[in-house]
Amino acid sequence: MGNEELILKLKEVFPEMDCVQGNDWPELSFGSDRLIDVITYLKQTPELAFDYLFCETCVDWKTHFNMVYHLDSTRYRHNVVLKVKTDREKPEIASLAHVYRTAEQHEREIFDLFGIVFLGHPNLKRIMLTEEWVGYPLRKDYEDPINIIKL
Amino acid sequence: MFEEVATSKEGEQIINVGPQHPATHGVLHLIITLNGETIVNLEPNLGYIHRSIEKMCESLSYRQFIYTTSRMDYLAAHINNHACALTVEKAMQIEIPERAEVIRILVSELTRIASHELWWGAMAMDLGALSPFFYAFREREVITDIMEETCGARLTMNYMVPGGVMADIHPNFVKRVKDFIIQFKSRIDEYDQLVTGNIIFQNRMKNVGILSKEDAISYGTTGPTARGSGVSCDIRKIYPYSIYGKLQFDEVLETAGDSFARYLVRVKEMKQSISIIEQLIDNIPEGDFQAKTKAVLKLPKGEFYQRVETPRGELGVYIVSEGGTTPYRIKFRSPGFSNLSALNHMIKGHKIGDLVAVMGTLDLVIPDIDR
Repeated sequence: MGNEELILKLKEVFPEMDCVQGNDWPELSFGSDRLIDVITYLKQTPELAFDYLFCETCVDWKTHFNMVYHLDSTRYRHNVVLKVKTDREKPEIASLAHVYRTAEQHEREIFDLFGIVFLGHPNLKRIMLTEEWVGYPLRKDYEDPINIIKL
Repeated sequence: MFEEVATSKEGEQIINVGPQHPATHGVLHLIITLNGETIVNLEPNLGYIHRSIEKMCESLSYRQFIYTTSRMDYLAAHINNHACALTVEKAMQIEIPERAEVIRILVSELTRIASHELWWGAMAMDLGALSPFFYAFREREVITDIMEETCGARLTMNYMVPGGVMADIHPNFVKRVKDFIIQFKSRIDEYDQLVTGNIIFQNRMKNVGILSKEDAISYGTTGPTARGSGVSCDIRKIYPYSIYGKLQFDEVLETAGDSFARYLVRVKEMKQSISIIEQLIDNIPEGDFQAKTKAVLKLPKGEFYQRVETPRGELGVYIVSEGGTTPYRIKFRSPGFSNLSALNHMIKGHKIGDLVAVMGTLDLVIPDIDR
């Protein structure tokens, strides 16, 4: 499915969501409560078949977090980007570990570096840093006592 | 006398492989739950070489941040640099000269061969055969020498910059690459005679660490790891970047999904890379090796993503720009990180002796996983 066709389809199914053409792929933005609905639809609809989550990450916008999911379909080779707004004070979002198994390790990394809590994750704990580490380094307000770049 | 570090169920014991273990090829720590000799669970513990490159990049300019990426997957420094340069060029819409494109592909494919050579030698060494390591280094040394002459470095090359390559190729480059092609072609058959056909090697590799096609996709594995399971995932073929769309080569696919299939994919890929180099080495166009760019690069506001194929799989560079001279957020989707997550699934139920046979075929580079 081409990008324009994909945007039309997504606008038809999720009329309340914001769907625009990004630099490469269509981008769908919505709130964190709808994540599982959207993912289930994208993965299970036969003509979409988004079965490969190739990148999962987070962006700290100071007022809120944006979870960014890059999806690909190994059958049709079309892509879509999901941007999910998450509250900054209480960052919680549903885990995708049971939908895409690659999400399990990616979400542990995001939890480690951004402090986002993934509800329903089977093994949510720090992966890179030690258990005693205080703070979440990739947040914009994190102050590093020894910053190599700024020294 | 000693403290129990982790608790285990009746009849099970926990052992730690790494962070200092020769078969992990770096500082990877695996916590393995064993029942007798059978692996019940395996959990990787990462971060021993975590430098937070993503955070560092937020305070570096678009010319500087490329140098940190040579330190991620140090066996494919060129290809990491290529990914970053492509992302910046895509965002700024820089047209790069044809000569630079060809040089980039040539050094990238030489890197791919060098990386697979090192993997091949180390893989055989893990399984107890020491001589293949010297055979592999015999060829790999030639490539690192060629790189040293042109880029000035043997490992962290930093040769690609936004707009092209940093300097023109050395006058000896073409001749030495041609000599290398002849040398490599006469010796690649030795690899098969020495290792591939070896019955002990085959018995240790076949039907070990099976990854089905569905699992390979679900775990997000890419590169030779996924292609051994029959997943078509070569970014050079499915989303061609640079001039890969104009070149003739095959995507190597195997369907068995076991360690031996992944082994075969990498050996065959070396031959494909040689064929790409042969197509280009006589046709390097004349002209500039770098486009004219401003001294200070400013990316427009927006989000940019570029996928490239490294020897280990798909590397993604995701830049979020606010319009300034430094990235607001940068994410490297490294292939090793996702490939490693499939290891627990692949190794469960096997004997601990099979661990190196499975882990070896994932071709893990730890700084690439930790970043």
